Amino acid sequence: MSAADTTTPAKVPPPRPAPPPVVPDRPRGKRTANGAAAPWLLLAPCLLVLALVMGYPLVRLVTLSFQKFGQSQLWGFQPAESVGFDNFSKVLGDGEFRAVVLRTVVFAAGSVIFTMVAGMALALLLQRVSGWLRTLINIVLVASWGMPVIVATTVFKWLFDSDYGVFNALLSKLPGVEMIGHNWFASGPQGLAVIMLLVVWGAVPFVVITLSAGLTQVPKELQEAARLDGAGSWGVFRYVTLPVLRPVIVMLTTLSVIWDMGVFPQVFVMRGGHPEAEFQVLNTYSYDRAFVVNDYAQGAAIALITVLLLLGVVAVYMRQMLKIGEVE
Amino acid sequence: MSALVPSGRRRPRLGWNILGLLVFVVAGFPLYWMLDTAFKPAKDAIDPDPSLLPTGITLANFRRALDIADFWGPVGRSLTVSLTVVVIGVVVGTLAALAISRFAFRGRKIVIVGILAVQMVPLVAMIIPVFLLLNDLGQYDRLTGLVITYLTFILPFTVWTLRGFIVNIPRELEEAAMVDGCSRTGAFLRVVFPLLAPGLVATSVYGFIQAWNEYLYALMLLSQEHQTATVWLGNFTTKHGTEYAPMMAGATMMAVPIVVLFLLVQRKMAAGLTAGAVKG
Repeated sequence: MSAADTTTPAKVPPPRPAPPPVVPDRPRGKRTANGAAAPWLLLAPCLLVLALVMGYPLVRLVTLSFQKFGQSQLWGFQPAESVGFDNFSKVLGDGEFRAVVLRTVVFAAGSVIFTMVAGMALALLLQRVSGWLRTLINIVLVASWGMPVIVATTVFKWLFDSDYGVFNALLSKLPGVEMIGHNWFASGPQGLAVIMLLVVWGAVPFVVITLSAGLTQVPKELQEAARLDGAGSWGVFRYVTLPVLRPVIVMLTTLSVIWDMGVFPQVFVMRGGHPEAEFQVLNTYSYDRAFVVNDYAQGAAIALITVLLLLGVVAVYMRQMLKIGEVE
Repeated sequence: MSALVPSGRRRPRLGWNILGLLVFVVAGFPLYWMLDTAFKPAKDAIDPDPSLLPTGITLANFRRALDIADFWGPVGRSLTVSLTVVVIGVVVGTLAALAISRFAFRGRKIVIVGILAVQMVPLVAMIIPVFLLLNDLGQYDRLTGLVITYLTFILPFTVWTLRGFIVNIPRELEEAAMVDGCSRTGAFLRVVFPLLAPGLVATSVYGFIQAWNEYLYALMLLSQEHQTATVWLGNFTTKHGTEYAPMMAGATMMAVPIVVLFLLVQRKMAAGLTAGAVKG
């Protein structure tokens, strides 16, 4: 889903079912002979569809990144010829690309840290507020989680509009601040900060709700025991709550890294479909190379590099999912 | 429990509540402002010193939003694509989910890792080869092309989520049915499917939302006259500027049904995941 998630659905994260280990899913005993073919028959349609819709494009992505493929190849005027590692060396040797990678990493790191810290703080806060307020906050959280990314982006564009945006109007109410007409997107860092806020606003609900569920699993006895042993609130949190929540936190962090590295529609739509150079992140850059500059091969090479960069994170995520899901 | 809490505890709770209220206001503000702008007269929307409270209710922005570009065409296309994807995804996905959660077979773990891994491939990375592929197949600007593409993220998601639901259905129930004379298929149909129904509904709705919300492929693979609902929202920005009040009306029309669906499913997802069929 990341897949899903990087683009729009990115925002609607799959409800990672963290099923309590109720039933060990271990297949029992050996099935008789008729069991051998059955699972493959059941899997066949799924694998077939995936091979077609996913396998082929993936292979094409790899082959494409080793070819010369531009406008004339697209229309079939010229055959696509192999160029070895040319695309990669061109991309990797490009200063702009390195700037894009750095920007993406900083952006993703910032988003992930803010999301996780805010999410954790909110989850802890939710435990301490009165019931009615908890319900109200939960409704707002789920509603903002459910907002289509495109809609959320559009709304933020309006909030931060330079002339009529309410954010500038509110800031100007502070004594000595005159922000009306301030264009947040005139500079890369400021604009990306707004986009980061949007990403965090959209990502926090999932984190809060998942962590809240996790917090109910923290044994009360452990917390009391720690308190009796003289631990303060911070000590209880640091040495009891945090270790119990660790697997959930690891899963949420890796998922957030994957999603925030793959941020696309937020940047793309915020900048009206043509992100300026100082707004380019890996995904928009790959898109830009392919569909704006019409160098499809270079775009593919960038996409492939992005996938490879994410692979390590994905591995951590998968280990965690396999553990939580008790797949073995 | 609360009776044991000394009354001195009320004070800290007041502090937390004030903080919570602040969070509520800040987190909910974008939603509030969308609705507020959508319903206020357009001239009040472009006020450099906007009133934070509603200034009057009008539907003019909604009428304008419907005028700017055809709305029901895109909605119809989004519905067609999302429903088709979900139906295919759920049928194919249920079979696969059963296979990986109820059968022991060689290669099972590889399949599971594969399905998880496929979920992690960023959609944006796939857009270039998908675009070239559909171009070659003559499926560019066709809804079928979009349906095929959406399966790449809906199908793995469906399989994985349904697997979670199936794993939580106690195997003992099936085994009991088989002891009572059901065939294996019979046990699936009579025991597993009824228990899986809430999970199936929740997964379908969730998948539907994802397909409905997808933006990039819809933008790239369909021409302007075949745009879907998410792309439709882009019509409010032209080179003459952005019509914000109608745009927020459009955003409201897009968001409200989806958010309502989402609110409903959230509960069902939780219920489906925790409901146990065997009473303790």
